[in-house]
Amino acid sequence: MKTLQHLYLAALAALMATAASAQEAPGLDDKINQAFADATGPFVSFIFAPFPGTGFPWIVGWLVVAATVFTLYFAFVQFRFFGHSISLVKGDYSDPNDAGEVSHFQALATALSGTVGLGNIAGVAVAVGIGGPGATFWMIVAGLLGMASKFTECTLGVKYRNEYDDGTVSGGPMYYMSKGFDELGLPGGKILAVLFSIFCILGALGGGNMFQANQAHQQIAGIVGDYPGWITGLVFAVIVFAVIVGGLKSIARVTEKVVPFMGVMYVLAALVIIIMHADQIGWAFGQIFAGAFTGLGVAGGMVGALIQGFRRAAFSNEAGVGSAAIAHSAVRTKEPITEGFVSLLEPFIDTVVICTMTALVIIITQQLIVDPETGNYMLNEAGNAIATVDGNTGVSLTSAAFGSAFNWFPFILAIAVVLFAFSTMISWSYYGLKAWTYLFGEGHTKELVFKIIFCVFVVIGAAANLGPVIDFSDAAIFAMAVVNVFALYFLMKVVRQELASYAERLKSGEIRKFEH
Amino acid sequence: MTTKIVIGLDGTETGERAIAFAKDLAKLIGSCELLVAYVIEWSPYTFQTPEENALRHKRREEEVDLATSRVVTPAVDALKAAGFEARGVVRHGDVAETLNTITVENGGSQIVVGRASADGIKKRIFGSSTQNLVMHAEVPVTVVN
Repeated sequence: MKTLQHLYLAALAALMATAASAQEAPGLDDKINQAFADATGPFVSFIFAPFPGTGFPWIVGWLVVAATVFTLYFAFVQFRFFGHSISLVKGDYSDPNDAGEVSHFQALATALSGTVGLGNIAGVAVAVGIGGPGATFWMIVAGLLGMASKFTECTLGVKYRNEYDDGTVSGGPMYYMSKGFDELGLPGGKILAVLFSIFCILGALGGGNMFQANQAHQQIAGIVGDYPGWITGLVFAVIVFAVIVGGLKSIARVTEKVVPFMGVMYVLAALVIIIMHADQIGWAFGQIFAGAFTGLGVAGGMVGALIQGFRRAAFSNEAGVGSAAIAHSAVRTKEPITEGFVSLLEPFIDTVVICTMTALVIIITQQLIVDPETGNYMLNEAGNAIATVDGNTGVSLTSAAFGSAFNWFPFILAIAVVLFAFSTMISWSYYGLKAWTYLFGEGHTKELVFKIIFCVFVVIGAAANLGPVIDFSDAAIFAMAVVNVFALYFLMKVVRQELASYAERLKSGEIRKFEH
Repeated sequence: MTTKIVIGLDGTETGERAIAFAKDLAKLIGSCELLVAYVIEWSPYTFQTPEENALRHKRREEEVDLATSRVVTPAVDALKAAGFEARGVVRHGDVAETLNTITVENGGSQIVVGRASADGIKKRIFGSSTQNLVMHAEVPVTVVN
């Protein structure tokens, strides 16, 4: 009976989705785009506005300044406790009696599958393509600083989560904003929480859904030839529906297993390519360091490299956005701060390891064209990016770089992009749902409404080239960061108390490893 | 001193034969406590969706309740009714590793299990839980066919 009900709901969602895509007839589609762009333009422009006289978006500055403040406030916690974080993930400090609960490893893997994706493949190519090899240096710096932001938000996520009588949990920035502010006697926590939830829902439907569906379709169409996007959208929507509504765990499990495998394979392939060009490793790092401070002739010089590096790192690892705090709050631990330690590994893996691999492969396979006379990079005809072999940008630049060593790799990469997109969608469906239930309350019907809306947006995202909508949804994700970081500045003292207490007990031997 | 024998159950009929064998042993030994153990296969290194993580604690409780009420309690009750000293334990973890841990923790002198019912590729690559137990246990293991 339950299966029948799910099948009925799946059919209903598919019908709604088809209706939604059918409405996007030429002309009407353009009108909707225009109307949407006009309505949301000021918000998007505001979020991505550059500091006066520069091309540096203030939101990127906001995230980097926050990461720097947290790094200093917690006295470089990301380096001091790096080894301890790895011990926690290995389970050295896990009580054997808690076996069967969500492990630190599982929480980390789940959160990573939400962030590892297009940012690591396409985003880095954009950064290096515009900012030159030097962008890699600033990307790594931003990744290392971002570890402190993740540490702060994920500790609070666990500390202030809601635990219900039936044993389920709900956590995330909206909970630490409302409960944390109340505890400190600060006003406005609820308002921040509502604002955050609204942006989180919009970000989940946009950047966490439509953008992913859209890019997945581009990849598939790139291999099998062009065909209508709504077909990809419908297939994706049905699969997503089966997972998030039908509880079809098998698909989720397959994806959740294949995605880490793909991630590992991606890094291994990159390592093999780097080793194949072992004689140029020194040169490549030389380019990265030289480019970081001189720009090596790229558009915008050193500042251009810095902007691109910081921007792509922030887009990729989501440190400070608040999404990871939702993912990590499911872990049952007596010490909320342990989840903070575990989460600080995320920007490290995502940005410092995976993004750097992508950048190194692009640099080392010499996809960026160097002017033989000056030794600087040549700009493309438009003068806004570095000229590349065959004029590739974005995913195709990464694909060409890997393809120059293994001609079959672009196919694997396309599959990886589709799977990464899918796992990001599953993760964001949950983040959006948590924000939704925070606003409207928990309950089967309320949750179902959001899940159906989410599936409909998968089709819309894949079907149309909705530039303004995607701009808006990216802006919504970063608007989450505006609210989240603001709250973190007020709540960071709570984390400092936790850190001091934990560090003391760790030193005294009260917190110790378990024998397994 | 009371001897302790750990009986590893997996909810199948091979468990019944393990219990029967342990009962015979207990009768021969005399002063003997039977510890009925059920291990729910679980690894901290699997990959889960955020929603599965959020529901995990609830699921864990349900799994423990189910294993206790369906498998362990009936077995313990039956043993007690037959005049044996018996108690039960349910844990999550790697089956072989956890059965060994339970035995060591409780000062058990041997483990009795039924022959593994696992089959297929997984068994060919990793071996069955029973094989792993026989190879790695710190006390003697009896596998009942």
